[in-house]
Amino acid sequence: MSDPAAPFPDASPPDASPPHRPPLSEVFLAFVQVSVSGLGGALPWARRMIVERKRWMTAEEFNEAFALSQFLPGPNTVNFSVVFGQRFGGAPGAFVAMAGLMGPPLIIVTMLAVLYAQYGDLETLGRILKGIAAAAAGLLIAVVAKMAAPLFTARWNSAPLIAILAFIGVAIMQWPLPYVFLALSPVSIALAWFKR
Amino acid sequence: MNHDSPLLTLFGYFAMLSLFAVGGANAAIPEMHRVAVEVMGWMTDRQFADMFAISQLSPGPNVIIVTLIGYHVAGFTGAAVATAAMIGPTCMMAFFVTRFWDRFKHARWRIAVQAGLVPVSLGLIGASAFVLARAADNTVMAGVLTAATVVVAFFSRINPLWLFAAGGVLGLTGWL
Repeated sequence: MSDPAAPFPDASPPDASPPHRPPLSEVFLAFVQVSVSGLGGALPWARRMIVERKRWMTAEEFNEAFALSQFLPGPNTVNFSVVFGQRFGGAPGAFVAMAGLMGPPLIIVTMLAVLYAQYGDLETLGRILKGIAAAAAGLLIAVVAKMAAPLFTARWNSAPLIAILAFIGVAIMQWPLPYVFLALSPVSIALAWFKR
Repeated sequence: MNHDSPLLTLFGYFAMLSLFAVGGANAAIPEMHRVAVEVMGWMTDRQFADMFAISQLSPGPNVIIVTLIGYHVAGFTGAAVATAAMIGPTCMMAFFVTRFWDRFKHARWRIAVQAGLVPVSLGLIGASAFVLARAADNTVMAGVLTAATVVVAFFSRINPLWLFAAGGVLGLTGWL
């Protein structure tokens, strides 16, 4: 169990395996569900499923697994499915989680691609999309706020500062993301190292 | 090797891009646009924008835009090849890094790296949220809708699909 007051509890205390290992079919279905609901990116849905509904990970564990997925190159949520799946079920787990996440959207988007090639007129679709996009942005902001909560109550005080600097670098200064990432990560890691 | 083969070009390009795309699919969008529209001339600006819209509309990870680009360039095979190239190498990498990572669960360096990456990662997601909100909220009403969604999603556990449905209806009926 993690102590909510601890900033970054060693998310898994010694010899802790996940509380229970869900069967692969359950992992697959969970990721299918994440993927079919995941309008505007799958992150909010993945967190909702894994932390709030299934309780397969604590909020801190989720943040750490997601940070690892983001640190790896490539699509974050796809990486996350592999990280999560491998942790819970090795290679089959990773494959099953990834297939669950990618399968349904692949089928749906291919059908949309065929329709688009046929008709190519998205006037109505565009209007609907505009409303969905505004709501999707709001949803992502809410998730960021939820993920940030443990950070700002932590005793490790430089964490919020680092998060804010990363935000400013990419969102406000519009510097290339890899540069911001490569510049801030060593500083942040060093601070974490000396803090412990 | 035949360099004129569109399948080969698709595969090589997306496999390479996937390994450089730190920060995910949304971070790679400007680079995809540059190549698909300006360098390769696969599609027009407008077509690219439509594909981005469709990829947002369809569920699942945003990376799905590569499937659309692949289909546009070379049909079903193109879609499969582009998608496999974009997710294959990074999935392998994620798999092996995680195994390596978990072996050092209690190493001090690993704990520091992990603790150090969390705030950076969070700041970057925050930046994506900001950029998405700025792109979506070009009217006052859209901004209000975004703000309302933040409040509802933060304080309740209502299924967010309802919020999307509300947004879609407001958009369709011309409120935004």
